[in-house]
Amino acid sequence: MRADFRRAIALLTVLVALAGLQNRAPLAAADIPNDTGAIEHALNRLTFGPRPGQVEEVQKLGLARWLDRQLNPSSIDDSAALAKLTPLPQEPEVTDRRALRNASEQERMQMQRQVRQYGRQSVQALAAQKVTRAVFSERQLEEVLVDFWFNHFNVFAGKGRTSSFIPDYEREAIRPHVWGSFRELLGATAKSPAMLFYLDNWLSADPKAAEQVQRAANRLRGRRGGAGSNMPPPAQQAPRRNGLNENYARELMELHTLGVDGGYTQQDIIEVARALTGWTLDNGRNGDFRFMPALHDRGEKKVLGHIIRAGGGIDDGERVLDIVAEHPSTAKHIATKLVRRFVNDEPPPALVAKVAATFTATKGDLREVVRTLVTAPEFYATENRNAKVKTPLVFVVSGVRATGRESVQPRQMLNALQQLGMMPYMCQPPTGYDDTADTWVSAGALVTRMNIAQQLTPTRAAQIGGPDFQRY
Amino acid sequence: MTSRRFFLKSGAMTMLSLGFAPSFLARTAAAASGRRRLLIAIFQRGAVDGLNMIVPYGEAEYYRLRPTIGVPRPGSPDGAIALDDFFGLHPRMGALKPLWDNKSLAIVHASGSPDRTRSHFDAQDYMESGTPGVKSTRDGWLNRYLQVSGSDASPLRGIAIARQMPRSMQGRAPSLAFGGVDAFDVRGGMDSQRSFEQAFEQADNPLLRGTAKDAFEAMRTLRTIGTPYRPTADYPRSPFGQALQEIARVAKADIGLEVAFAESSNWDHHVNEGSTQGQIAQRLDDLASGLAALATDLGERMSDTVILTMSEFGRAAAENGNRGTDHGHGNAMLIVGGPVKGGRVYGKWPGLKADQRFEGRDLAITTDFRDVFSEIVTAHLALTKDGISRVLPGYAASQTLGLIRA
Repeated sequence: MRADFRRAIALLTVLVALAGLQNRAPLAAADIPNDTGAIEHALNRLTFGPRPGQVEEVQKLGLARWLDRQLNPSSIDDSAALAKLTPLPQEPEVTDRRALRNASEQERMQMQRQVRQYGRQSVQALAAQKVTRAVFSERQLEEVLVDFWFNHFNVFAGKGRTSSFIPDYEREAIRPHVWGSFRELLGATAKSPAMLFYLDNWLSADPKAAEQVQRAANRLRGRRGGAGSNMPPPAQQAPRRNGLNENYARELMELHTLGVDGGYTQQDIIEVARALTGWTLDNGRNGDFRFMPALHDRGEKKVLGHIIRAGGGIDDGERVLDIVAEHPSTAKHIATKLVRRFVNDEPPPALVAKVAATFTATKGDLREVVRTLVTAPEFYATENRNAKVKTPLVFVVSGVRATGRESVQPRQMLNALQQLGMMPYMCQPPTGYDDTADTWVSAGALVTRMNIAQQLTPTRAAQIGGPDFQRY
Repeated sequence: MTSRRFFLKSGAMTMLSLGFAPSFLARTAAAASGRRRLLIAIFQRGAVDGLNMIVPYGEAEYYRLRPTIGVPRPGSPDGAIALDDFFGLHPRMGALKPLWDNKSLAIVHASGSPDRTRSHFDAQDYMESGTPGVKSTRDGWLNRYLQVSGSDASPLRGIAIARQMPRSMQGRAPSLAFGGVDAFDVRGGMDSQRSFEQAFEQADNPLLRGTAKDAFEAMRTLRTIGTPYRPTADYPRSPFGQALQEIARVAKADIGLEVAFAESSNWDHHVNEGSTQGQIAQRLDDLASGLAALATDLGERMSDTVILTMSEFGRAAAENGNRGTDHGHGNAMLIVGGPVKGGRVYGKWPGLKADQRFEGRDLAITTDFRDVFSEIVTAHLALTKDGISRVLPGYAASQTLGLIRA
């Protein structure tokens, strides 16, 4: 009841914010066009491409109603798509602490091999699930958004044991939050083992509390010696925690929230890194998030002009996430990225401003942010239709969807993505994969697309490998 | 090696069979006009730790700042390989020592961007656009070189062995990015190739139309260079080594290559960087053995070739809390080739003491990376002064290093 009330207030705020531009409720059918051109455009951008006959289906239902359903996907039955997924491999027994504690050195190395293999296999299986869902899920917009937000908060399966954390990362940190609040999504990624490991924050420690830190590290090492972290590094390589690591703090502001021109300094990065010291991994069975006070810098911090008083603990990091999530640069940065993905490589400033206004007015309610985007007249503007070149992921999946096929060979699709340089979960830098034509159009890539079309969709190779199909 | 005559003949036959206009024939023939001065640019993505690559072993502060990851002085077990009485090569880069000794390897230390950013993305962007601090630059500096110097529109003047067109080569001058010569071919026979080619000729989107045109044109030329390639050196089996091998293959075919680009990735060592062993040692081994193999394989062709390495910024002078290094500022560039006045470390060394460091933490910059770009483009590729102002807009030379033989 209270939540509903808050939602209503939030919605009202958006409407007030947009007053003058739009006086009607966003999804009144009259606001949304229903011609085949607009529907095809919406299906191109908000799904992984239309299936045969889908434009007509949506027209019958009405694009406004279709949008409503995609924006509230829990009402859409997706069991048929889920039934097509091959389950992920089981985590091997060896990650159990006790098993490792009693093992000989040789057995332990064998177990570590198994764990590494598990990491590889689970990411491969997850990638197969991803492309299968992309083809078959009825909750298409949700799948597109899961891909968008994973890429926004990118982690790389090739870095150490990140791979073994990735299935949980997507399932628990990304997927449940794509219709929720940005702050919750941000918090879930900040505390995820995948992100803590990938951007090294698990190792960052207060440089001044050297003695405490050393004690903590020794405790950890002792535990690691006999116990199963998912992939304990060999002893001589065990990284020491002697001080700050700025990696996550920097990317948190540059990529996840404010954007590179968002108005932070090198000193802000250091202060944020200090606030996040102690946000680390439990080295036990699952490597869950854990706050370790012994690693935490308890001094005062000044982040983007806000004072965080001395003596804090885990709250320092929560406060940092509040500060960066609420910063006006973040609204603009997220809006720009969304508009670039869904509308145009050159985001129209007026639409960015509109989407950012909703972000601010709703305190980052991502459903409302997306609603603003997909109901804006600019979204449907003629100059934005077919204005983008498909990324490899969109190309491959939309090609398969266009055939109307009822079953797919995920391995073949992944092989195509590998050749085009967009393998899921394998983007090494934290920026994630690019979203613009400049990156994805090259001589080699076009030739590879022609060859993939012949291999993956032989009956329609000329169309799918041809120029029109590369645009959307 | 394919002779020009062979190309013209087989090219003309292909053309006749496809019914192409004679203007196309003329243009492709120009592309085949053979050997040109060559620049091979290598981008080390992720920011290599230049202080562990080219070690300032004569600087006591270096060892104080890097107690666990510093590379030991020459003469110590597994110590740096002395280049002079102050700098040394990382011990796993021994493959480059002969090039230093025969004076075809030069180093520019404490070089980098005048922009202060420590963002990988921005710093790479600035270095590749050639316009530090300016985000609105649309094309890359190597593409602008091709635009300004271009006498013909052959896409084989500039190639990147990469799945994606690197920022440095993006722009309106035709250029190519592909993974390797052999895979760069449309399958399914001539019919399928012809139908794709015709479809792309009709494409509305100029980027798709232009890129496809370059692709088909280049494909016909590359088919003439012969396969399999037999290099005269052992390249590392890494993606980097294989990319260099493909560059040598195209260069040696004398089909008009002027600029080539390859990348070496995975330099962002925030944790457990290592010193003489470990992550950075493995990456430097790959870099050095790749460059050495390229120089050997190019052989006599090295007399008019310059190889240039770059990376977006250096890393902090002090190691961080995890035996790694965070993002820094100044870095080192390697320049290899016959035209290079090698055997010298260029640039003023700013020192590593606290008050000598950039913002108190990083190696300062005494050479703008554009000083290096500019000298190579003017002295080696022989571009005019007017031309260089279009390749590097907004840049005014602050010094002359004298890297390239007159």
